[in-house]
Amino acid sequence: MTPFFVLLSRDIRLAVRAGGGAALALAFFACVVTLVPLGVGADLKLLARIAGGVLWVAAVLAALLSLDRLFQADYEDGSLDLIALSPLSLETTALAKIAAHWLATGLPLTVLSALLAVLFDLSSTGTAALVISLLIGTPAVSAIGGVGAALTLSIRRGGLILPLIVLPLLAPAVIFGSGAVLAAEDGLANGAFLFLAAFSLLSVALSPFAAAASVRLNLAT
Amino acid sequence: MSIFELANPKRFMEVSGLVLPWIAAAAALALVVGLILGFRVPPDYQQGETIRIMFLHVPAATTAMMAYGVMAVASAIGLINRHPLADVAAKTAAPLGAVFTALGLITGSLWGKPMWGAWWVWDGRLTSFLLLLLLYLGYIALGSAIEDETRSARACAILAIIGAVNLPIIYFSVTWWTTLHQANSIFAGKIAPVFLWPLFLMMGGYTLLFFSLWLVRIRTEILNRRARSVMLSRAVG
Repeated sequence: MTPFFVLLSRDIRLAVRAGGGAALALAFFACVVTLVPLGVGADLKLLARIAGGVLWVAAVLAALLSLDRLFQADYEDGSLDLIALSPLSLETTALAKIAAHWLATGLPLTVLSALLAVLFDLSSTGTAALVISLLIGTPAVSAIGGVGAALTLSIRRGGLILPLIVLPLLAPAVIFGSGAVLAAEDGLANGAFLFLAAFSLLSVALSPFAAAASVRLNLAT
Repeated sequence: MSIFELANPKRFMEVSGLVLPWIAAAAALALVVGLILGFRVPPDYQQGETIRIMFLHVPAATTAMMAYGVMAVASAIGLINRHPLADVAAKTAAPLGAVFTALGLITGSLWGKPMWGAWWVWDGRLTSFLLLLLLYLGYIALGSAIEDETRSARACAILAIIGAVNLPIIYFSVTWWTTLHQANSIFAGKIAPVFLWPLFLMMGGYTLLFFSLWLVRIRTEILNRRARSVMLSRAVG
């Protein structure tokens, strides 16, 4: 197995275990999605309109939960230094960790959203659009979140700053992701999927470099 | 004299000390004259007297964007050339830029209520400008959370450069999306000259104000660092 897949499978295994945060993200997602109708009222027509936005925001917040430990856990016990010394470049390491986060957290969130959309009385076209938009968009969440995690890896309470850094950068994903659901519901042509895909591809392509640069500067001292 | 000679703190203190009073005076002059002209401008045929908010709102918004651009460039120089002074320049620009952004948002909101009937709308320009404020706040938070100076500066530099993608989004938002906000009209030549000159004076005044405050902050930070190293060397004995 190439080093990339070794690192990828290690990170996935760590994430899905008890302290890893993958299951926590799913539970958090479900809790937030349950809370919103309680706050907004039981009007099903209203809930169907806001379903795309609410599920997208909840998915982003749930994915953010486990992001701050992405690099920090390895930094604290010294494994990040060892990984940095390995023949695997830091850029590939960052990509492996981001991919692991998406596979362990982003993808399950996408699958769960199809079930939770029922709580909002979202139509089947809307639900299909939601699942596809999350499928396309959650890699961007993991990628940009990974850059934020690398920037904050040496901060003690970095988990509090991470959302402040990452959420403004994720605004396009939320805008186009929920926009795609609304457009599908209204039967309009859906350029939002294309924008979302472009945003995702761009962030997945560029984030390993930014994340690696951040890891390097934090390991340098 | 190349700009990189200013990277020497001593040289920077000399040059900025000479230049600062002039920039500050020019800023004051531009602002005063701009405000006077702004009050004497005739009311707009469509917007009436509220057009005068433009002379406060547009310069604040352009200065906020310029400040971010300056911060991103200083960050890049700090990352590539490893000039500590560039790092200081970037970090000190952030709170100033954040305040100008907040001013732009507040004055815009005050203008929007009489004109559009709403304190806020979620169109492209307002949303991306609000995101600019959040980017500034994230930058400031990251900078103050990391204790080591060099690491803090480098991390902030990476964040600033990533966030710089928002600047063209703000600028082109009015052409890309349908919006209530005024389309780009300065370079498109769509403003009457009687409004254009006070606007340019205020924009110049705000920019000079930013630069004078920025120079003061950089000089203060340099003095701070000198004081700290003196204290440290005294403590070590």
